[in-house]
Amino acid sequence: MKKKALSMLLAGTMVLGLAACGGGTKPEGTSGDGEKVVRIGVFEPSTGDSGPGGKQEMLGMQYANQETPTVVVGGETYKVELVYADNGSDAAKAPTAAADLVSKDVALVLGSYGSGVSIAGGPTFEEAGLAAIGVTCTNPGVTAGNDYYFRICFLDPFQGTVLANFAQEKFSAKKAYLLGELGNDYDQGLLTFFEQAFDGEVVKDSFPTNTADFSTYLNKAVSEGCDVIFCPVSIAYSTQIVKLAASMGLETPILGSDTLDSNMVLEAAQNSKVQLFVSTFYQEGGAPAFDEGIKAYINGDSTALTNNGGNDTIAAVTAMGYDAYYTALEALKAAGSVEAADVKAALPNVTYTGVSGAIAFDATGDAIRDTAYIKTADTANNVWALEATQTVK
Amino acid sequence: MIQEKKSKKGAFIALVCVVVLLLLSIVLENTLDPIKNTTFFTVLRKGAVYALVASSMNLLNGFTGLFSLGQAGFMLVGAYTYAILTIPSASRESVYYLYGGSVVNFSLPELFGGGAFGLIFGVLLALILAGLVAAGVAWLIGLPVLRLKSDYLAIATLGFAEIIRAVLQWDKLGPVTNGANALKSFPTFSSFNLPGLRLSIFMAFLLAAICIAVILLLINSSYGRAFKAIREDEIAAEAMGINLAKHKRLSFCISSFFAGVGGGMFAMFANQAQAKTFTTAMTYEILLIVVIGGIGSISGSCIASFLYVAASEWWLRFLDTEMYIGTFKVPLLRNGFRMVVFSVVIMIVVLFFRKGIMGDKELPDLLRKRKAKAAGREGAK
Amino acid sequence: MQYALSIFLSGISLGGQYALIAIGYTLVYGILRLINFAHGDVFMVAGLFLVYLSTWFPLWAALPLMLLFTVALGFAIERAAYKPLRSAPRMSVMISAIGVSYLLQNLATYITGGLPKSYPELPLLSNNVTIGGVSTKWVTIVTPFLVLVLVLALQQLINHTKVGMAMRAVAKDFETSQLMGIKINSVISMTFIIGSFLAGVGSMLYFTNYPSIVPLSGALPGLRAFVAAVFGGIGSVPGAVVGAFIIGMSESVIKGSPFSIFSDAFTFALLIVILVVKPTGLFGEKVTDKV
Repeated sequence: MKKKALSMLLAGTMVLGLAACGGGTKPEGTSGDGEKVVRIGVFEPSTGDSGPGGKQEMLGMQYANQETPTVVVGGETYKVELVYADNGSDAAKAPTAAADLVSKDVALVLGSYGSGVSIAGGPTFEEAGLAAIGVTCTNPGVTAGNDYYFRICFLDPFQGTVLANFAQEKFSAKKAYLLGELGNDYDQGLLTFFEQAFDGEVVKDSFPTNTADFSTYLNKAVSEGCDVIFCPVSIAYSTQIVKLAASMGLETPILGSDTLDSNMVLEAAQNSKVQLFVSTFYQEGGAPAFDEGIKAYINGDSTALTNNGGNDTIAAVTAMGYDAYYTALEALKAAGSVEAADVKAALPNVTYTGVSGAIAFDATGDAIRDTAYIKTADTANNVWALEATQTVK
Repeated sequence: MIQEKKSKKGAFIALVCVVVLLLLSIVLENTLDPIKNTTFFTVLRKGAVYALVASSMNLLNGFTGLFSLGQAGFMLVGAYTYAILTIPSASRESVYYLYGGSVVNFSLPELFGGGAFGLIFGVLLALILAGLVAAGVAWLIGLPVLRLKSDYLAIATLGFAEIIRAVLQWDKLGPVTNGANALKSFPTFSSFNLPGLRLSIFMAFLLAAICIAVILLLINSSYGRAFKAIREDEIAAEAMGINLAKHKRLSFCISSFFAGVGGGMFAMFANQAQAKTFTTAMTYEILLIVVIGGIGSISGSCIASFLYVAASEWWLRFLDTEMYIGTFKVPLLRNGFRMVVFSVVIMIVVLFFRKGIMGDKELPDLLRKRKAKAAGREGAK
Repeated sequence: MQYALSIFLSGISLGGQYALIAIGYTLVYGILRLINFAHGDVFMVAGLFLVYLSTWFPLWAALPLMLLFTVALGFAIERAAYKPLRSAPRMSVMISAIGVSYLLQNLATYITGGLPKSYPELPLLSNNVTIGGVSTKWVTIVTPFLVLVLVLALQQLINHTKVGMAMRAVAKDFETSQLMGIKINSVISMTFIIGSFLAGVGSMLYFTNYPSIVPLSGALPGLRAFVAAVFGGIGSVPGAVVGAFIIGMSESVIKGSPFSIFSDAFTFALLIVILVVKPTGLFGEKVTDKV
């Protein structure tokens, strides 16, 4: 027993030592056939509760990478390689996932889908002098106090206000029911901003993680006589809420944030009377060439199709992932170098007009955006229809 | 008499080992390429934090025989206490942006006058307070719960951890706890890096080593022997004149104290503190570390936590990405496979290496036995 | 009024579904003194079985196959992860159970890719019905009756058959019953088979109501069901059922109140209160430790 323990211990130490040495001997800058390579880190969840969203976001990057696999930096052509690290939607695992990207010598990082993991991974990037471009992390805390974090999406205060205004203009809502996941910063932040912008009465509820039974909450909304239901929750919960609303024959309009803009949610509402409205970054049809290309890409790859929920409706996060990739290429071009420090220095002045609109960064590193699309679910045809474009000054 | 001498010698060897390890951590961090070895460094920091938390759990589960599953809850209390006390006043507005600032408007490092001195003492005091608050909560919880036996105790402590989490996430307490939002911007291990000299791993190791040393001293004291007696047989221990209630409470509170300190250190490692990270799954993770290391062995817990963190978040990561050898696509490799392999490994350890790495031995024990054996062999010649 | 009715209905159906899981916990605990942490995950896997089976087979074939697979899974877990540890300390077995639970969750994540899976619609059970103005699914109405039937059948099995007698004997005294010639291992396997079967039925009812399965879907119902089993007095089947209905109902009521964020916390608070006041639960037998 003792010997075994000792040998295990020794083996462990040896592996630790080897790995430490192994870290230093990684081939750098070139692939096997002498082609120059620049690596872009993808800091996205593919497991955990944001897994589905993270996967859709990665689809956009993968498609963009397939479309434009090379970039000319400082007169030389580099092959772009995406390097993935799964942060598991878990803030406890985010620092190691971030560290994994840093040690793989990436030029910059894209991600993440959610804000919590971005906040947790941010300081690791900052310390390594590596710039990160947040794709759909909408919490103000991501970029605040971190010079190395940028983002191309709008923020929660903006989105909450847009939806509150929409509820009042479209439905003349006087009373709103707000539902979010307990302890989820994304949900709770949006609820608060909605509450602040909403000129009327609100009933606010939070459900514990892994809840499956939403009937009591929806019935409460009905019995309280609320005019709208606002539930900016993750995809896994929103499909359940919408499905339940569909089977209950609920007629109160349901408002959702960008997370609800997913074909899985759309499918849950199929052939029902549910009125579903979501605010989002991109509306299908906004860039026909992109739509066509990504649909062909998704349909041509069975894994991509599964990751997109089994059909080819384009999620806004996919468009955002696509734009993020091109923004990264712009940054590389502007830097004229593949060194992380140069990319970081060039990034604040990068502008790019993507499929989701014009992208430019302000002093904190947030995207300058004043438009959100509001889409509604056309439940008979199972597609999203554009309802309105909302701006807030 | 001889026994005592030996244990003193063992302690001395252990002390030397720890000092060497600490020095090594400074050397490693400053000589290895900081970019390429980021993962290695991160794993070392997380391993140090988990080593402390696992040791504190071992004190309770392994040495006192109280099967508690509330570790994540106490870590949560510690992490929040630490974070709330150390966020710089200037950052409070932006961290608590939903609540327009925090009701706690001081920051310990600043109270000590800022600078290096303020940082060191502020952080230390905040960590101690984190432990004390966790211990206080444990004392309260212990009043009803410690009367329960084994499985019931486990499920009740698990329940309390969930209750603590729900309370800290309550938005009515937002001005203190920041509700569902993460607490951030407080001093982390990297704050201790000097220009030209990186000390982040050293700090993590130092703090963990001090706490674990205190746990070891406690285990080897008369209290520790009383704990072990309770583990072996409660009724016999009581008959021997050990005050069961008092010793159980003491063990529970001390374990929670170090879990609280560990929680504060976890926040330092993760750069943020958010209640939703401290789930039951985290308690299970720590429990598995204790089991892999050997229930009743502190050095086992320490070794296991480094191995566990490194294996789950570093060495096995390649299993998550598709790989081609030539044109042959390696089957099964795709997202999530890492955790499957990892849990199979854990099951194998639990089923076939039931004693874990160290059983209930400590490192010096192993060395000593080997020497004794060698001596025996020589004598036989 | 309508609202109160809707809360009541939701509580009843939750209670019924928890009851079916809780029986699995209580039977296993009664015999092995083991909190089978993997039971909630067996329940989740049972749901996934039907999701995949129903894409390959028609429902009338998929349903029995799902129950068969679930039972096989429960049996296999006991043989692989608990039987080798029969002489080990109780803590080791419990840790093994946590390990199994971890493994099942990670396997589910790997196979589903972490994406939520939609549960197939079952004829009749998935149809809507309106009672007193409240729209719900048939499964809500069916659940309590089905639970009643299953529990009565189980009671018959436990009290009036040879296997049942053996189970009671083993629960009373492990070693003596072994001396009496009872094949301990087959009795324990039987317990796991019954528990998994009920979890399979429970998953059918639960996921028809809440038709989305993620790898962690089993964790929360599993924990609540365990609380229910302790509440009712662990080891007692009627206790588990009563406990489950109480837990289900109180969960539903709390969710309907302004303190909805404490619905989980309240469940545990209830548990702690009952453990402190009456550690053996509502129907449990008092056990004294022998020196």
